[in-house]
Amino acid sequence: MKVVRGFYAVAYAVKLCKPNVICAYPITPQTEIVENLAEMYANGELENCKYITAESEFEAASILVGASATGARTFTATCSQGLILMSEVLLNAAGMRLPIVIVNTNRALSAPLSIWNDLQDSMMLRDSGIIQMYVEDNQEVHEMIPQAYKIAESTMFPTMVCMDGFKLTHAYEPIDLLDQETVDNFLPPYEPPVKLSIENPLTFGAYAPPNCYMEFRYKMHKDMVNAKKTIENVFKEWAEIKRDWGGLIEFKESKTVLVSLGSIMGTIKEVAREMSLGYLKVRTYRPFPYDEIREVLKDCDNVIVFDRAVSFGYEGVLTIDVRNALYGESPNIYSFIVGLGGRDVPKSLIEDCVSKVLSGKAYRYSFEGLKDFEEVTF
Amino acid sequence: MRISLGAVSRPLESLNDKTGTWAVLIPKIDREKCIGCGECYMFCPDGCIEMMQEDRKRFAVVDYDYCKGCGICCEVCPANAIEMVEKVIE
Amino acid sequence: MFFGKGHSACYGCPLPIAVRNVLEALDGRCFVVNPTGCLEVTSSQYGRSAWGVPYIHSTFENGPSVASGIAYALEVLGREDEGHVVVFAGDGATADIGVGYLSSMLHRNDNVLYICLDNEAYQNTGNQQSSQTMLGASTTTTPAGRILPGKTLRRKDMVAFALAHGTPYVATSSIAFPRDLRRKAKRAVEFRGSKYIHVHCPCPTGWHFDPSKTVEVARLAYETALFPIVEFEYGRLVRVKKIKKRRPVEDYLKVQGRFKHLFKHPEGGKLISELQRIADENALRYGLD
Repeated sequence: MKVVRGFYAVAYAVKLCKPNVICAYPITPQTEIVENLAEMYANGELENCKYITAESEFEAASILVGASATGARTFTATCSQGLILMSEVLLNAAGMRLPIVIVNTNRALSAPLSIWNDLQDSMMLRDSGIIQMYVEDNQEVHEMIPQAYKIAESTMFPTMVCMDGFKLTHAYEPIDLLDQETVDNFLPPYEPPVKLSIENPLTFGAYAPPNCYMEFRYKMHKDMVNAKKTIENVFKEWAEIKRDWGGLIEFKESKTVLVSLGSIMGTIKEVAREMSLGYLKVRTYRPFPYDEIREVLKDCDNVIVFDRAVSFGYEGVLTIDVRNALYGESPNIYSFIVGLGGRDVPKSLIEDCVSKVLSGKAYRYSFEGLKDFEEVTF
Repeated sequence: MRISLGAVSRPLESLNDKTGTWAVLIPKIDREKCIGCGECYMFCPDGCIEMMQEDRKRFAVVDYDYCKGCGICCEVCPANAIEMVEKVIE
Repeated sequence: MFFGKGHSACYGCPLPIAVRNVLEALDGRCFVVNPTGCLEVTSSQYGRSAWGVPYIHSTFENGPSVASGIAYALEVLGREDEGHVVVFAGDGATADIGVGYLSSMLHRNDNVLYICLDNEAYQNTGNQQSSQTMLGASTTTTPAGRILPGKTLRRKDMVAFALAHGTPYVATSSIAFPRDLRRKAKRAVEFRGSKYIHVHCPCPTGWHFDPSKTVEVARLAYETALFPIVEFEYGRLVRVKKIKKRRPVEDYLKVQGRFKHLFKHPEGGKLISELQRIADENALRYGLD
């Protein structure tokens, strides 16, 4: 047990996974992850590894595309503006089926500029073909890294581990640090099914005219849906050697269930315990656990979703997915958009939202925790 | 139809595409005049010219299955051994 | 076969000439990175790849970065002896949208041979101007109209750009001189670090001249000193291809449809003089005469 900050827990886990090429560009609040890795690299603690300073996130992702296609295990960390900047390349990597592991330290998007936490950045990439997992605390992110590599390399999709910026990255927590032997036994060296090599010269990134493009996208979708099984198996395998974190979702049953993802689950679980309610923690967001969520929530009376990302002009992002999963079933679904741009989500706010629902005063969706304000031109 | 992981494509499948059908004019090489210098081989954009050897004489041969008839070989030949003629389609 | 027959490049396209000669000079031991462009589109269709060497296409602007990634992966995996990392990129990808990433790669001095295939415009999308388009050229985004006489900006000096990063080997070449290009490719890979070769590739389709004249137009570009053929090692000019008898720029301009307006347009004469001045400047700077 060591009391460390979230970013150190991430860096340490990455070290144990023995990446070959690490390339990242600083952006608050992820910077310390790559600073820690740079220090480990400078001290010779990263074997068979090259740490490169890129000149932008786009470049970092592009370098990893080349490295991954050649058969190297890769890592980067980013968030917010950086994630959106590298999104062209990440979509490219998803189509090319390169298992790049990304740690995304969820941060709000500009404009207006914010360095504080919400989920808008990674939610923007929910349609991209990148596997997304959300963690609740630093122990979970520490243990999620080796699992992310195993998932990425088994499913051949880029995999993003999302952790809340500042709330998790900079928080001190006592962490049960993994040891090299456990990770080595769990995660074999990376053996790509295809790679750039002189002896087997293949063409990567071909262009597909209309007569075959759709088949590639169908394959990508089918593989991602099938990835749910692989992800579950990896989680089960980890549960046997270390700890059971649940599966694609973590669920506690009740008539009223609070649904969310990320570090907010810590507060939600406490409220649920005190008010005798249920909760649903979405661990794997893409591929979306449609069947699992439908199965556990269909007999509830009230489903209350706490969203920290908005689809502007529509409603909260997670809510859209949950409503879709429960279509045709009976629960009332309420949505509260909270905590944007790092706005605190205290226990009292969650309790207020639940009271609104239970007293019949909640809308289909609403923003909670807003201050009084006046709209002006300048 | 073969759909590969990540649209990875096998090498040299372009050879299935016989671009010789593009040609309106094609190069006719006069083997007597040809000095075997290899200029046409170096310049051919489609890689259709091969240098062959027979009785200690090197000469150029065109692969008409792929020759698009651009005429560069005719222009660069230092021995004026290449003439562009109309392609006859049977 | 390193670059196969059956690709769908235009008649007389200079790009395959450059690619074939470079790959043969390096015995096909190349990992090719090819950003979006004419070469990529004509040679890497799914199920019709013309490449007999390992090849990757990512996006338009990230050619240099992907190449860096491959170079690092080969180093870390102990596979550096397997082959050279070569980028074949168009002028738009090199000097415009990708110039920042090229700068980054050159700055890190990654072990990559970067070859810019310069056909002086975004030819793949139909001849839109790039920073490498010659002054006075008519392209679809700088057309010669009643008022404007084509492109009114000079070219970016990519040789100076590469030299500014301290790149060990910087050279220009032309498809008119395949032996020169082969020699330079072989020489470049003797250096450890970044290598930059800028190859002049006249495009018959975009520049409007007969496809059989591709080599002749390339040769004229050199003979008028509008495209100097030079070689730098560690920042020192070590070799130039001297011009026996320098020709006036009109000889180069009049054979191409993209310049024909210069001979009629009221602003045309000024641009021709400017081009001649540029040619004279090149000849003086590199000692071409």
